Amino acid sequence: MSTLPLIVVEDLAKTFVLHNADSAAIPVFERLSLEVSPGECVVLAGESGVGKSTLMRSIYGNYLPTQGSVRVLHDGVYVDITQALPHQVLDVRRRTLGYVSQFLRVIPRISTLQLVMEPLLENGVSSEEAQARAETLLSALRLPRAHWDLPPATFSGGEQQRVNIARSFIRNYPVMLLDEPTASLDAENRAIVVTLIQEALGRGAAMIGIFHDHDVRDAVATRLFGVSEFKAAA
Amino acid sequence: MDAAVLTKPHPTSGMTQAAPLLRVSNLTKSYGHVVGCRDVSFELRPGEVLGIVGESGSGKTTLLNAISGKLPPSAGKVEFDTSRFGLTDIYGLNEPDRRRMQREEWGFVHQNPRDGLRMRVSGGANVAEPLMNLGDRHYGRMRAATIEWLERVELDTRRIDDKPRNFSGGMQQRIQVARNLIHGPRLVFMDEPTGGLDVSVQARLLDLLRELVRDLGLAVIIVTHDMAVARLMADRLLVMKSGFVVETGLTDQVLDDPQHPYTQLLVSSVLQI
Amino acid sequence: MTARPNEPERYYNYAYLDEQTKRMIRRAILKALAIPGYQAPFGSREMPVPYGWGTGGIQLTAAIIGPDDVYKCIDQGADDTTNAVSIRRFFAQVADVATTEETAEATIIQTRHRIPEKGLTEGQVLVFQVPQPEPLRGLEARETETRAMHAYEEYGLQYVSLYESVAAHGYIASTVGYPTMIEERYLMSPSPIPKFDNPKLGQNPAILLFGAGREKRIYAVPPYTNVRSLDFEDHPFETQTWEEDCALCGAQESYLDEVVLDDSGERMFVCSDSNFCAERRAAGHAGPMAGHQLAALDKEPA
Repeated sequence: MSTLPLIVVEDLAKTFVLHNADSAAIPVFERLSLEVSPGECVVLAGESGVGKSTLMRSIYGNYLPTQGSVRVLHDGVYVDITQALPHQVLDVRRRTLGYVSQFLRVIPRISTLQLVMEPLLENGVSSEEAQARAETLLSALRLPRAHWDLPPATFSGGEQQRVNIARSFIRNYPVMLLDEPTASLDAENRAIVVTLIQEALGRGAAMIGIFHDHDVRDAVATRLFGVSEFKAAA
Repeated sequence: MDAAVLTKPHPTSGMTQAAPLLRVSNLTKSYGHVVGCRDVSFELRPGEVLGIVGESGSGKTTLLNAISGKLPPSAGKVEFDTSRFGLTDIYGLNEPDRRRMQREEWGFVHQNPRDGLRMRVSGGANVAEPLMNLGDRHYGRMRAATIEWLERVELDTRRIDDKPRNFSGGMQQRIQVARNLIHGPRLVFMDEPTGGLDVSVQARLLDLLRELVRDLGLAVIIVTHDMAVARLMADRLLVMKSGFVVETGLTDQVLDDPQHPYTQLLVSSVLQI
Repeated sequence: MTARPNEPERYYNYAYLDEQTKRMIRRAILKALAIPGYQAPFGSREMPVPYGWGTGGIQLTAAIIGPDDVYKCIDQGADDTTNAVSIRRFFAQVADVATTEETAEATIIQTRHRIPEKGLTEGQVLVFQVPQPEPLRGLEARETETRAMHAYEEYGLQYVSLYESVAAHGYIASTVGYPTMIEERYLMSPSPIPKFDNPKLGQNPAILLFGAGREKRIYAVPPYTNVRSLDFEDHPFETQTWEEDCALCGAQESYLDEVVLDDSGERMFVCSDSNFCAERRAAGHAGPMAGHQLAALDKEPA
């Protein structure tokens, strides 16, 4: 197995500028560097508001960093997410970089099963195989079968969260970003998610996570990373 | 770190750099002193979905019309990877060649189905017409293809011979979608395709469009003022204001971390429910 | 043949139109003949009959007729209908021409919606009255667009009408004005002739001229031109056929009109081409209802 780090964050800074509020600048972090190797699960530490989610989103390409680079090993080559063209970022996301957010972005009228199958379909997996794997995963996450054909819009927070997890773990992404994936789950479901994460790590996935739940964090973290150390001056 | 250092000068060298399907360079369209769109440049790749967003009067529709060959620009170029001539300035083609290219390789879904359908001929004939335009002269084959497409856009195939006016707005739009996809275009333009529809009908049509675009690997340029439509459909966005493109980028990045003052205003103006 | 009236007094220029107008129309005719199937525009004049009564055909005839011509005029195949009689008298009066009902004898045959059954010969001119010269008009209302379609040979749209017909009837049901391709280049409306007559358009030794007065267009099919009726591979072009023969003359291969005879629905089928039918009867042919009073109404051929 390659020992190259799968994520290389270098000299990253992020400052929000709110143009419609007197161009108020809100600095979040600066000079932040981080590497994550295969099998590692780096858990971001720090109080709420310190910029953990902002860092995660900057790595995913959802936020545009003010400075620095985020390189992800994709097809054996590092792709700088901050510089890559949109279609390149989308390709990295489709095949390499998975993301589990706290919230499920519900698409109207798409059934739960379809939603979970989607990452596989986008990668050319046949509909039958995708469905089989989605069903296995949803069963493992103990989402009632009666829910599968329904759009998850009306599900409880915990149910939506499990749909989200299923959607992200249906593919074996080499790199995963986990933004509080267990926030609304009960103990049993948390344990299932911990297992999923550990299996992924065992396969050599690199992960960055935010976990408020100490049990989960202790179970999966290979090291902690204090975001507050890079707090940018206001 | 070695690999990282080695690859640093070419951070994206391993990515497939597919030839652009469409290349728009410094496109400007002015109406006398009034600027429709100014100095717009971008490239579109096969399978990419580009959203053009902005408020009314921002130049979205002018830009779409100029790109789609309907409105000759005042300056700049629109190059398309035509199957017959390769990457060619579409306004440099003579009219029959341009019309043929538009007919064979493009689709255009109008906001108002009346602009995109022949209201006097049946829904089925509307869907089959592009095949006839491409030279198909076998009725049975075209009929079968039409039925298949009506099924794909989830229309009752028993109504194949009804006139468009006997369909609801949402269904008319589905006919229009089928009519614009049946001939296997490589690029489809959509001008507010869900604009005139009820919210519930709009949601279903968007699902359908999303699915078709993914299944067919279509390149799409979609104009919308609706940020939710943009998020659902587009891979990347072009934000227009007063004829200029003020911001471009990955759709979720533009919507979640907008950089330009106008985009920030646009995004923060969306009502939450 | 009816001899020329040779009236000493004429209150109009010869053949009604002034010489400049006739030249203008002749130029349009030459252009139309040079580009078979192309709709040449011309400056259509006010005529002493309303638009839609054959003003295009009358102007064409007026532009080409001379004192030595022999003129025949038919309406739906018949020489003896009001319109045909009036137009024939009109030219007898203003152009001093001999008139006839015999197809073979005529040099100019003006027709509304039929081609005579008897084969035409070189030197004859068939003048069609055309209400709507644009075959695509029913599908595309914009003249700019239909002109572009002709210019660039974009004729897929015409098949939409055939498609609709097959969808509705299971076969191509349109029976008149059936669209044709001229020399595989221009799409042309044959005027509202029955599709039964379409095959007579191709390789015809006569000159076929089409005039649309209201729409101000002239088009032509020169002698021996290829004319193809549009169709689908799986629904090929077919002409009408009848189970009956002509009730009067027994013709089996002519275009038949259905005539209702009485209130109880009794009917008969007779040749639409009255001259053709009369000549056959004179030659001794007889149908199942030969001698019916309808036949008596026909004049015997001269």
